[in-house]
Amino acid sequence: MSDVSFVRTEMLVEKAPPATEVGVIGWMRHNLFTGWLNSTLTVLSVLGIYFVLAALVPWAWSPTWSAASLKECRGILADLGREGHFSGACWGVIRDRWVQLFMGFYPSDYYWRPIAAFLLLGVALSPVLFSDKVPAKLIWFTGLYPFLMPWLLWGGSVWVPLMVLAGFVISYGVYRAISDRMSELLALIVAVLVAFIWWLVLMGPIAGFLANIIPIGMEAVGSRQFGGMMLSLTIGVVAIGFSLPIGIVLALGRQSDLLIVKALCVGFIEFIRGVPLITLLFVASTLLNIFMPPGTNFDIIMRVIIMATLFASAYMAEVIRGGLAALPTGQYEGADSLGLNYWQAQRLIIMPQALKISIPGIVSTFIGLFKDTTLVSVIGLLDPLGLSNGIRANAEWNGVVWELYGFIALMFWVFCFSMSRYSMHLERKLQTGHR
Amino acid sequence: MTTLTDPPQESFRLSQLIYDTRYRSMTIQIVALIGFLLLLGWLFSNTAQNLADLGKEPSFRFLGEPAGYDINQRLLDYNSQDTHLRAALIGLLNTLVVAFLGCITATILGVSIGVLRLSDNWVVSKLMAIYVETFRNVPVLLWIVFIMAIMIETMPAPRAFKGENPSAHMMLNDSVAVTNRGVYIPEPLFSNSLNDVHLLGASSLRFDVSVDLLAIMLVLGASFWGASWYRKRADKIQEMTGDRPKTWHVRLGLIVIPTAILLYALGFHLGYPELKGFNFKGGTHFRNSLIALWLALSLYTAAFIAEIVRAGILAISHGQTEAAAALGMRPNKIMKLVVLPQALRVIIPPMISNYLNLAKNSSLAIAVGYMDLTGTLMGITLNQTGRELETVLMTMMIYLAISLSISGVMNVYNNRVKLVER
Repeated sequence: MSDVSFVRTEMLVEKAPPATEVGVIGWMRHNLFTGWLNSTLTVLSVLGIYFVLAALVPWAWSPTWSAASLKECRGILADLGREGHFSGACWGVIRDRWVQLFMGFYPSDYYWRPIAAFLLLGVALSPVLFSDKVPAKLIWFTGLYPFLMPWLLWGGSVWVPLMVLAGFVISYGVYRAISDRMSELLALIVAVLVAFIWWLVLMGPIAGFLANIIPIGMEAVGSRQFGGMMLSLTIGVVAIGFSLPIGIVLALGRQSDLLIVKALCVGFIEFIRGVPLITLLFVASTLLNIFMPPGTNFDIIMRVIIMATLFASAYMAEVIRGGLAALPTGQYEGADSLGLNYWQAQRLIIMPQALKISIPGIVSTFIGLFKDTTLVSVIGLLDPLGLSNGIRANAEWNGVVWELYGFIALMFWVFCFSMSRYSMHLERKLQTGHR
Repeated sequence: MTTLTDPPQESFRLSQLIYDTRYRSMTIQIVALIGFLLLLGWLFSNTAQNLADLGKEPSFRFLGEPAGYDINQRLLDYNSQDTHLRAALIGLLNTLVVAFLGCITATILGVSIGVLRLSDNWVVSKLMAIYVETFRNVPVLLWIVFIMAIMIETMPAPRAFKGENPSAHMMLNDSVAVTNRGVYIPEPLFSNSLNDVHLLGASSLRFDVSVDLLAIMLVLGASFWGASWYRKRADKIQEMTGDRPKTWHVRLGLIVIPTAILLYALGFHLGYPELKGFNFKGGTHFRNSLIALWLALSLYTAAFIAEIVRAGILAISHGQTEAAAALGMRPNKIMKLVVLPQALRVIIPPMISNYLNLAKNSSLAIAVGYMDLTGTLMGITLNQTGRELETVLMTMMIYLAISLSISGVMNVYNNRVKLVER
């Protein structure tokens, strides 16, 4: 009986998997047609995509790139036998006006200035964003950039930004001189006072004097000539740049034990977050000059930037507060046990970590503010949307709708989408494992 | 032998205000307060000086003057002889209407898109991803003007509905007309109406209360209360005996029958929009501006809500779902009893801020001419009276009150959901 074996001794030849489980068919069965509900959804979606594309592609496929007016577009399309309002897009308006949509009415001889300003912005941000790839010394350029950018964009005498910078240097010198001998708090208060006196009283005459002796400068460009995407970027970048330090101060104030300071910060943050940006822009356009001393008159873009900065700093404060709250208490206690005082602890231990955690939040605040800059068209500034109204009122392009809106939407989409992807990438890169 | 002496009595020195941590916080706070008060005083004196130079005196008397402009989309009765205060009230109600409608549609859309984006279906999930990325990366103002342009440019004019062989047709059995002047839908009418009650006489805040509506709401409320009592009774019976009596038909009857009887008694019927002359008459008219604003705000906010919902569901660990499945629960029970209660904790706080954003973004109505609070009080009233200080500050305060009350209500709800937490 021993030769009877119940166990198969040789392997069976491997069979190919059923055709319905592999390849394209298998993938479709697993991903598209798992049940009747999924199958219906798939069919409906494919039909929806088909109808949208069937309407959009023939419209967009229209050889009107060289047309100089809407009438010419219609003529080209009529020659092709395409009649009616939605027979084809009129891309001539984009070819004619894309430079304007980017630059507004900035003098075309100086286009290099905003371009250089935004390219240098990338250089200035690189030590923060790509700290592993660029030399750390570049952080000095980041510090200087806030003074370089306005000079490039607005032009004028080089001495004004230099004297503003000098204010910081003097104030820091005063701070060091006093804090070495006396208390840090006293030094801080005196340094801030000195800086304000410098900026408000002394700076103007000195800058004027220096500009008379050594006139170095560029052709000044008025704010009224700013427009298009460049205006949106300027407002967005300047407001975010200024809102970062203000936001840090507000966030620290909101977290502090000092009752009055905390109440002031909470009041400010909740007030700004509770009202729409458009009301703040109305304040900029109608009220800000009433709040200032009689005779002050700064131009509308400055006023908008001030209000946008206040707006962004309230949101920034909340983002940074999130970063502060995300730090484990051990970090605070560790700083205390090393005997560091409040500012030392903030500077050396808390802020580097909290800011790192909040970078994605900062980027998304920037995206939000950048999108919100379109609101300035409501108070009459010429951002891309404001320009589009002007272009549509023009005799040549009267009646163009979709091409312009589509192009503006695409510009914003490209900027915002790439920034949001980058912030996702940062989030992954900065993940340190513990939260 | 040693003697213990008391430490020398400390006398207060001025330098302690800076060096002593016990007093230093006081110093900082007082300095901050003084700085703040100085800033405030400076602003006040500037404002007073500037207003005096302009010959304006801050006063709210303009609110009682006749507004002199018309508001075409409104909930309460209004004509151009009414006061600025009433115009602002109509505007405020318009803001609330669009914010309320927007929040509801944005939630429905957003939740479905967020769930569909997690679907196993490759086409559907990719389509939803494209939707989210398209809508949230383009400014909402652009969406508003874009949808407004679609409404005006692509919809048929009312005269296209005219004639023997019209080029446009009304939808849904001749009850809904979509035109380039807006959307007309049937309105509810009562032939044996109980009339309206006029409250607050002829003042600016007057409003009418429809007794019909009040009666319907009362009956509906009572029916729902009865239905819930009947279900609780069924719960009790189930706990005592183990058998659950069938309840749905009684509950349905309790809800439907009394309301149906009341509606019949009131002579409820629908008033259909009809083409008369060059325009549609009758029915409820949603203007283009309202539709564009509503749609744009809903579609834009839905993209954000979809991401929140997706993140909330993904935040629940897979072990929870598997454990529930191991207990033998069906997928819809798993969603309802295990995943959602936990996901809501993650979802609700960012959802609140999105509702707030929607309410605040509704102020962009001014771009399409929908007369909300911004369009009335901060728009035409400001231009006509020249009272920029009063109108802008009033508008800000009203928006602030709206924001704070929305976040207050939602925080109460959030705290109730939070109790599920261990």
